[in-house]
Amino acid sequence: MMAEYSALSLLANALKGNKDWKPAWRKPDPKASYDVIIIGGGGHGLSTAYYLAKEHGITNVAVLEKGWLGSGNVGRNTTAVRSNYLLPANTRFYEHSMKLWENLSHDLNYNVMFSQRGCLNLAHTPAQFDDYARRGNAMRHLGVDAELMTTAQIKRLIPALDVSDSARFPVVGGLMQRRAGTARHDAVAWGYARGADRRGVDIIENCEVTGFLRDGDRITGVTTSRGDIRAKKVAVSVAGSTGRVMRLAGIETMPIESHVLQAFVTESLKPFIDTVVTFGMGHFYLSQSDKGGLVYGGDIDGYNSYAQRGNLPVVDEVMSEMLALFPGLARVRMLRSWGGVCDMSMDGSPIITTGPLPGMYLNCGWCYGGFKATPASGWCFAWTIAKDEPHDLNASFTLDRFHRGLVIDDKGQGATPRLH
Amino acid sequence: MKILTCPMNGPRNIDEFQSFGPVRAEPDPDRTADADWSRHLFRAENRKGIVVEWWRHVPSNYFFLAERDLVTNEVLRTFDASERWAHP
Ligand SMILES: Cc1cc2nc3c(=O)[nH]c(=O)nc-3n(C[C@H](O)[C@H](O)[C@H](O)COP(=O)(O)OP(=O)(O)OC[C@H]3O[C@@H](n4cnc5c(N)ncnc54)[C@H](O)[C@@H]3O)c2cc1C
Repeated sequence: MMAEYSALSLLANALKGNKDWKPAWRKPDPKASYDVIIIGGGGHGLSTAYYLAKEHGITNVAVLEKGWLGSGNVGRNTTAVRSNYLLPANTRFYEHSMKLWENLSHDLNYNVMFSQRGCLNLAHTPAQFDDYARRGNAMRHLGVDAELMTTAQIKRLIPALDVSDSARFPVVGGLMQRRAGTARHDAVAWGYARGADRRGVDIIENCEVTGFLRDGDRITGVTTSRGDIRAKKVAVSVAGSTGRVMRLAGIETMPIESHVLQAFVTESLKPFIDTVVTFGMGHFYLSQSDKGGLVYGGDIDGYNSYAQRGNLPVVDEVMSEMLALFPGLARVRMLRSWGGVCDMSMDGSPIITTGPLPGMYLNCGWCYGGFKATPASGWCFAWTIAKDEPHDLNASFTLDRFHRGLVIDDKGQGATPRLH
Repeated sequence: MKILTCPMNGPRNIDEFQSFGPVRAEPDPDRTADADWSRHLFRAENRKGIVVEWWRHVPSNYFFLAERDLVTNEVLRTFDASERWAHP
């Protein structure tokens, strides 16, 4: 089969005045029933649909999205992709994601602009540097690349970074994952959407799930703003709306809280930094987009929130953290800031599981780091839905782990979602 | 600057405050069943709407309650905890 997008198709369409391009996905009306309904057309819902069709041959599938594709966090994130975790359950899962990223543009025949420009965690105390050495060793033990960098090496890599002794928090070294990087978030949503659509999946926008159809305990479909739709299996993948949607199914509490994370972008600059860098004395990270804008962010707002915009104290804090690292950016103008509602879990790790009700499947708890998980999350969730049991890679990401003392707390913060 | 009115210290910059999340009834750890205790620790209602939360004015280490709309971020009311529970 000839790829839909190629140099040849680009040329042919250019010669024909670009009139023959097909829309990347159809706009079908919902059918009365499907084998699988996926609630939520974010990155994870779309990738789940794609892998259900591609890996498991299940194509009678609908993705129901209450807004438009990309209106959730998949279109709001800062696109950092990495697999530099400490605990094996996370490392294996995110490394699987990394491997899928490495071939994703090819697999989807859609340029997701995955750029392995590296991700450097800065250490500001010897103890923190030791801790990074431990995490780096844990990563390498599982076959993931990691390397410690000295201050002199960091200075060469990022000339604009203040590594002097007079810096507010002097840099003593860092942990680099070279295979980490960034990707174009919209392209990820659109690429998965087109890949799923071309395999027969119905992507239905402006279709809000308002309730569940049930037969006793069993979930048999959903009620939506566009009518009732039945399904043998209903998969929930709604990130920041998890609590609300689960409540529609009568589940009143979840190990999840909703918090707002903000992000910022500056005016375009000439090439300034060619890696992703994270601050070690607070929550701050920065990279440069292909357009030239510096894309950066910090911590969540500090209190539970469903407002898709952020508060000023965090803006203040993020800006001062940026200037502590890059004093030279003091006069750069910020263009935009925005916020997204994140599904912060009690241990900072996700949930990809069957249940909790018969006929239901659940994917949530991505905190502010679920963009990098998009390929593996969809891949594992599709497996779980198709086979009614988890893959090895998501077997630890259960809902009942909290009650069984099997939390996966990479940062060792305890059951306080806003600290993860 | 956003202002939060502390019941003890009056209107202050919100920077001076820290949120401790929605108020939840704590079961008696000595009497409650394990399942209920872990539900208390690990499960949240996570309501979209108006909630009553614990806040602390950090410089004075004073804990109080605030009623806040989680959708608009508007603080509707702040009050001393004794309004809700009589001091023992
Ligand atoms: C500012 C910011 C920066 C971030 N930066 C990074 C980063 O650098 N790296 C990283 O790995 N992660 C990052 N993240 C996290 C990442 O974006 C999320 O974890 C991830 O996108 C969540 O999965 P998703 O794409 O499926 O979510 P979403 O795109 O939010 O998808 C959920 C969808 O469900 C829909 N929905 C909700 N309720 C209903 C309903 N009742 N019926 C139908 N549809 C419904 C929503 O409209 C939404 O489209 C960031 C997040 C934010 C907010």
